Amino acid sequence: MASKFFSHAKIERNVTLLGVLSLVVVAIGGIVEIAPLFWIDSTIEKVEGVRPYTPLEQAGRNIYIREGCYNCHSQMIRPFRDEVERYGHYSLAAESMYDHPFQWGSKRTGPDIARVGGRYSDEWHVQHLKDPRSVVPESIMPGYQFLAERPLKVGDMKAHLTALSRVGVPYSAEAIEAANDDLQAQADPSLDTDGLKKRYPNAQIRDFDGKPGELTEMDALVAYLQMLGTLVDFEAAAPQEKAQ
Amino acid sequence: MDKLVMKSAGWMLIALLALTGFALSQDPGYSVHMVIIGLAALIAMGAGMKGADYAALARGALNMPADQGLYDDDPVRWGVIATVFWGLAGFLVGLFIALQLAFPALNLGLEYTSFGRLRPLHTSAVIFAFGGNALIATSFYVVQRTCRARLALPKMARFVFWGYQLFIVLAATGYVMGVTEGKEYAEPEWYVDLWLTIVWVCYLLVFGGTIIKRREPHIYVANWFYLSFIITIAMLHIVNNLAIPVSIFGSKSYSAFAGVQDALTQWWYGHNAVGFFLTAGFLAMMYYFVPKQAERPVYSYRLSIIHFWSLIFLYIWAGPHHLHYTALPDWAQTLGMVFSIMLWMPSWGGMINGLMTLNGAWDKIRTDPIIRMMVMALAFYGMSTFEGPLMSIKAVNSLSHYTDWTIGHVHSGALGWNGMITFAALYYMTPRLWGRTRLYSLRAVNWHFWLATIGIVLYAAAMWVAGIMQGLMWREYGADGYLVYAFSEVVSAMLPMYLIRATGGLLYLSGAIIMAWNIWMTIAGKLRDEKPMRDAAFDPAKDHPLPAATAIPAA
Amino acid sequence: MSLYDTLRHFADSWGLVFMGVLFLTFIGWTFRKGASARHRDAAHMIFEDHHNG
Repeated sequence: MASKFFSHAKIERNVTLLGVLSLVVVAIGGIVEIAPLFWIDSTIEKVEGVRPYTPLEQAGRNIYIREGCYNCHSQMIRPFRDEVERYGHYSLAAESMYDHPFQWGSKRTGPDIARVGGRYSDEWHVQHLKDPRSVVPESIMPGYQFLAERPLKVGDMKAHLTALSRVGVPYSAEAIEAANDDLQAQADPSLDTDGLKKRYPNAQIRDFDGKPGELTEMDALVAYLQMLGTLVDFEAAAPQEKAQ
Repeated sequence: MDKLVMKSAGWMLIALLALTGFALSQDPGYSVHMVIIGLAALIAMGAGMKGADYAALARGALNMPADQGLYDDDPVRWGVIATVFWGLAGFLVGLFIALQLAFPALNLGLEYTSFGRLRPLHTSAVIFAFGGNALIATSFYVVQRTCRARLALPKMARFVFWGYQLFIVLAATGYVMGVTEGKEYAEPEWYVDLWLTIVWVCYLLVFGGTIIKRREPHIYVANWFYLSFIITIAMLHIVNNLAIPVSIFGSKSYSAFAGVQDALTQWWYGHNAVGFFLTAGFLAMMYYFVPKQAERPVYSYRLSIIHFWSLIFLYIWAGPHHLHYTALPDWAQTLGMVFSIMLWMPSWGGMINGLMTLNGAWDKIRTDPIIRMMVMALAFYGMSTFEGPLMSIKAVNSLSHYTDWTIGHVHSGALGWNGMITFAALYYMTPRLWGRTRLYSLRAVNWHFWLATIGIVLYAAAMWVAGIMQGLMWREYGADGYLVYAFSEVVSAMLPMYLIRATGGLLYLSGAIIMAWNIWMTIAGKLRDEKPMRDAAFDPAKDHPLPAATAIPAA
Repeated sequence: MSLYDTLRHFADSWGLVFMGVLFLTFIGWTFRKGASARHRDAAHMIFEDHHNG
């Protein structure tokens, strides 16, 4: 009988063996599926235009996470005709390569916002966030009036960029050093913005919340929303693809 | 005495560390949490100093019978009460956020009560607070009885219970204040995660230690499921929550992974929170409480061996089905789909094993409302483990993903399977733990059963309709070649479904309130004087003497 | 051939056969004749204890 060589009775009587075997059995699936993602090059193809978030965008992203926006909004457009037509070009892996954590979402109680950047004006966003039903009567989104009134407090933005660079976001030492200035400058064009523009190509620099001179949480969140999905220039990429 | 001094000094040190954290805190959420931790340490210190007094006090307040020396059941009793309490809290928040979706004014314009912050509160309260307490309590109950041994490391067992409650309080208050990692079902921030890791390792030590000191040579199948649940959750929790905090005096941290890798790690975790927390652990309950309540051994012990190994092997692969058609590489999506479909088999093997345990005792479904609950739990387990593989097929998923169908699926599993089997286990354990002859009221159990069942049916049906409608409306093209519906029109179309869903939730909550009352009265030592559940109705046609014995041919 | 293709090829051929054989062995072994008494004992074990603590 097979039991001479191997007996389940042994496992049933030895808790260490049972525990270790269970761990081995459950570890296999994860190792086979997850580990390759870290070293197969094709997982994330390099795409031109993708850059780390500016300090203000990152601060806005943190507000997005804090308020649990991911509970109702996805940021992952699937390659279907209706989705591409409704939301824009399907999402690429590279577009979320600096997202710690990812915010693809799992539910669309509200629409996908992977490419909401540039679709609406800043004024629309501010009004919509304050009182969603004043611009979209059917909306069931909560209102976020308080964002417009609360000054943006992030502590030391340098510490945020340092933590992000530790988990692999390629912020230069110079970018980390300038983090607090860049945070202010992006929402206030009257400040010196040359360094910001150089460090973060295509960064949008203006007052976002309609209250010049005041840096609010609304500034940060709108700055984040307005850059979502705008980094990759798909119109420039399309002829390239055809040529290939 | 020295030991007590050392211990008190230890708690004091933790309290001082918390005070330091509070003083140097960089954000309000972290400050509040440090205050909570500090208070918890002081309470633990006070309780330790009073020692015996405190335990006797708790016993008196909770009406707990004195220790009979055989099993260490105090943590189990606390666990029963905590399970009921967190269950009510979780269901109530669930009902509230369901109503928010129908009536957005209920967000109240406050940041603390907006849907985005309350939804994690609901999911964590029901999964980790209600489910987690049920798992800890039942595992301590089952492991002692199947090993015929008292809990190993009794003090550590108490630490596990209270440490877990602290984890729940920190997580819950964090969500309301916006302290979150932003990964579904893994929202607690880095220091709460570290705390849970410590508690969980202690849990493993207590559980494993009890198995080691057992007086029964065989480790019963329920314990395998509990053990694999504890080990796997430790693995998932640690890997998925790897993060770098911005400051050790602030709550914010950044996930160690980004984008695609983070997505797959998260759903490897997320799906197996379902697979091991909500399935393996609850199957352990099934393998003990169903045979005990039915008074029949499990249908096939061999099937349970196959069930165990195939379930834990296959489940872990299924995570990528949450990421169909996303930027995740295709091969990973396909693997996820194939393993999800294969998973159907062990799941149904387990369901059949549970249901067939009643073979020869099916009449108990009529007479015993607790058995009825167990059967309903297994029926919903079977249904949702059929629905799951179906939804993991890419073609189906292209319709169902992002819609309320997913919500319906989750709730038929959570309310139907996890809820019902937990209620049944609570009803089984309470009279035994408090030394009562029976529950306060069996009729109340029957009410609970029907309220919960009708609630789930309304909930699941509404969400199926809502989900499929949503999916179809989003992709509908008119003859002119344009999309027919704006997103906002689809939102308005959901309103009736959201109202039906909230009604279902209300019924389910009402059932749970009846359970709380029933368990409360049972603990208080009362027995409700009520008509028996079933009395044969008088039928004049049948009221005649038994047929004459001569009708039977002589042997 | 890329590493992916190699792995894919292995998974679709020998890997599949290996898993299939492993699965069948496992089932066959669980249902072998000799173990039924032990399994019966194990299943009945929870009823030997009449004390509820």
